[in-house]
Amino acid sequence: MAESPQPSNTAPVIQVRKLVKRFGLKTVLRALDFEVQPGEFVAVLGPNGAGKSTFLRILASLSRPSLGEVYVAGYRLPGEAAAVRRILGVVSHQPLLYGDLSGEENLRFYARLYSVEHVAARVAEVLELVGLANRRRDLVRTYSRGMQQRLAIGRAVLHDPEVMLFDEPHTGLDQEACAMLDNVLRQVAARGRTVVMTSHDLSRAADLATRFDVLSRGRIVASASHDTLPEHGLLQFYRQALQVEGQV
Amino acid sequence: MTPAQPTSSTSERVAVETRLERTTTPRSSWSAFRRALWAIVWKDLAAEMRSRELLSAMLVFALLVILIFNFALELDARTRTNVTSGVLWVTFAFAGTLGLNRSMAMEKDRGCLDGLLLAPVDRSAIYFGKAIGNLVFMLLVEAIVLPVYSVLYNVNLFHAGLILVILLGSIGYVAVGTLLSSMAVHTRTRDVLLPILLFPVVIPVFIAAVKASSGYLQGIPMDEIMPWLNLLIVFDVVFIAIAFMVFDYVVEE
Amino acid sequence: MESKPAGLKFLDGLTVALMLVATALVFFYAPLEAVMGQVQRVFYFHVAAGWVGMLGFLVAAIAGIVYLRTADRKWDLVGLSAVEIGMVFAFINIVTGSIWARPIWNTWWTWDPRLTTATIMELIYAAYLMLRAGIEDPNRRARFGAVYAIVGFASVPLTFFSARLFRTIHPVVVGTNQPGAEGAFDMTPKMLQVFMFSLFTFSVLFIDLLWHRVRLGRLADRVEQLKLKWMA
Repeated sequence: MAESPQPSNTAPVIQVRKLVKRFGLKTVLRALDFEVQPGEFVAVLGPNGAGKSTFLRILASLSRPSLGEVYVAGYRLPGEAAAVRRILGVVSHQPLLYGDLSGEENLRFYARLYSVEHVAARVAEVLELVGLANRRRDLVRTYSRGMQQRLAIGRAVLHDPEVMLFDEPHTGLDQEACAMLDNVLRQVAARGRTVVMTSHDLSRAADLATRFDVLSRGRIVASASHDTLPEHGLLQFYRQALQVEGQV
Repeated sequence: MTPAQPTSSTSERVAVETRLERTTTPRSSWSAFRRALWAIVWKDLAAEMRSRELLSAMLVFALLVILIFNFALELDARTRTNVTSGVLWVTFAFAGTLGLNRSMAMEKDRGCLDGLLLAPVDRSAIYFGKAIGNLVFMLLVEAIVLPVYSVLYNVNLFHAGLILVILLGSIGYVAVGTLLSSMAVHTRTRDVLLPILLFPVVIPVFIAAVKASSGYLQGIPMDEIMPWLNLLIVFDVVFIAIAFMVFDYVVEE
Repeated sequence: MESKPAGLKFLDGLTVALMLVATALVFFYAPLEAVMGQVQRVFYFHVAAGWVGMLGFLVAAIAGIVYLRTADRKWDLVGLSAVEIGMVFAFINIVTGSIWARPIWNTWWTWDPRLTTATIMELIYAAYLMLRAGIEDPNRRARFGAVYAIVGFASVPLTFFSARLFRTIHPVVVGTNQPGAEGAFDMTPKMLQVFMFSLFTFSVLFIDLLWHRVRLGRLADRVEQLKLKWMA
């Protein structure tokens, strides 16, 4: 793994302690604890309604915690959210792209939002990275879903973030598009970035991640690293974790 | 886990991502703010120029409203001068809500608002960016409606004072409208709800704009028009300030 | 089960007593007005109701500001309650204004700046409730309510000024040329006493209703909470 620019290599990049999130009277995340070391690729798995998206949105500074502490790269959320956003790249299952603009224009727009220098060069580089250089001038609404997701990842890496968050990026993609997406994901992760990805798709996650956490009913109930899992063991690990919670 | 080669269909080259030297050096946050603001304005204008859905909807709607007024009010030449400013402002108000709603809907429906919120800039850049975009659209529509009305009703509307009033009134309308549309967009009845939220609050703008407009059109002395202009300016300043202060709360979760 | 706190019970009693006294004062103590006769007695309730309407709006705006800064649900409830109550009283204000106008000026409505502003305020109240009704997420509903209460309240003075400016330039009230078209008349000391007392009474009434409504909201929340616990 490439070096990470943190002052101390042992401090966790993401630290979550006793995170609680309530919507009105409903509690979605309950006293959740979570920690990610620099360079890890963590897949957060869990059934629907477990709170994965909510959790990711809080890490992405799009949602405020009701209680608890969240630190990303040493900055506390939500107070220091502005500093966190500079080093964060987020891909959600909506592509966050403007259909009436071309791929290139979309990237240029986001580059300006993030105060990226040498916009033209960086945009060109990112388009190459995600394999969309030949469609750069086409309007995004003509892109397939797979292409939109790839461009979305491009958007997310424009400003060279240290931490990347992916919310179920494989949603709605066919096999080939998934494979292309995985290539890009690996490229992006290989730069020493820290990645947290929520996913439905265990087989995809198994290929990409170094660590697997299971989120169920608002809490992380199990965690295992890639090496400690036997082959095809992810499914079993997942099922077991949920069984303990009485969900399977 | 070794990084795999990207399977781009046209390029066999490995796409290598160079490590950026901290490109996002936190320069003065003011220039970042300005850059983001104008990026948003440009984005709205560019997207609209491609599809022209918004502008055409607003224009057609405005012209239809004027047409309906023609039949509804049976304006003879004399009464026309009295009601012109009223008709114009009613038209602008209704066409304006169309623009306001569409502008925000574009962000919300594709989740793009999150994209804006993720940017490391002050939220108010989003507010001002959208508001300026909305203002430009509204002014464009007004710029087309004025000559059309002039021609249809044989009234001379090219008066510097009138332009000033339209500018001041539109600013106030859009300042509040952008804020309220960012709330209304989260409801199911957003198209109906926005006028209901907006119109009672911008009534001072209507009253002042209509009175000042007809003042200029009828050649009323300046010191009778001044109070209305003052009212418009006060409204604009107060509500831009309020919107700027509360926008964060509207947009964050 | 929470029972009514002692303070509220006392306030209830006080409110009823004050209302009875105020009514008696209005009908028996206040002198008969020379020009308008018995109908003028509506004035005491009309203005007091208008005052409570404005008070409701003010409380809602302040509660809105406090809610935005503290994110404490209680303030959202206070704001909502203030709007609901204010809306009712503003409506009473408008209707009594109409009742008053009819025999005096032979018209059901005057575009009097105060009445106009009261009506617009009522519409803003209604819009507030409609906005809340359209949002499902409770946090967002509270935030949006707070913002709109602030924006709405800020517009009221400007609306009033523009309506008044409109009137001075176009002093037209359909059906009358009387200088009393603004509803002004000289108040004798006795009238002033009754007037101030009715303002006071209605304010107490407002606080009493507000307390009740907030309590109602809190109990409703408790029910929701218990439901969720039982269903989970």
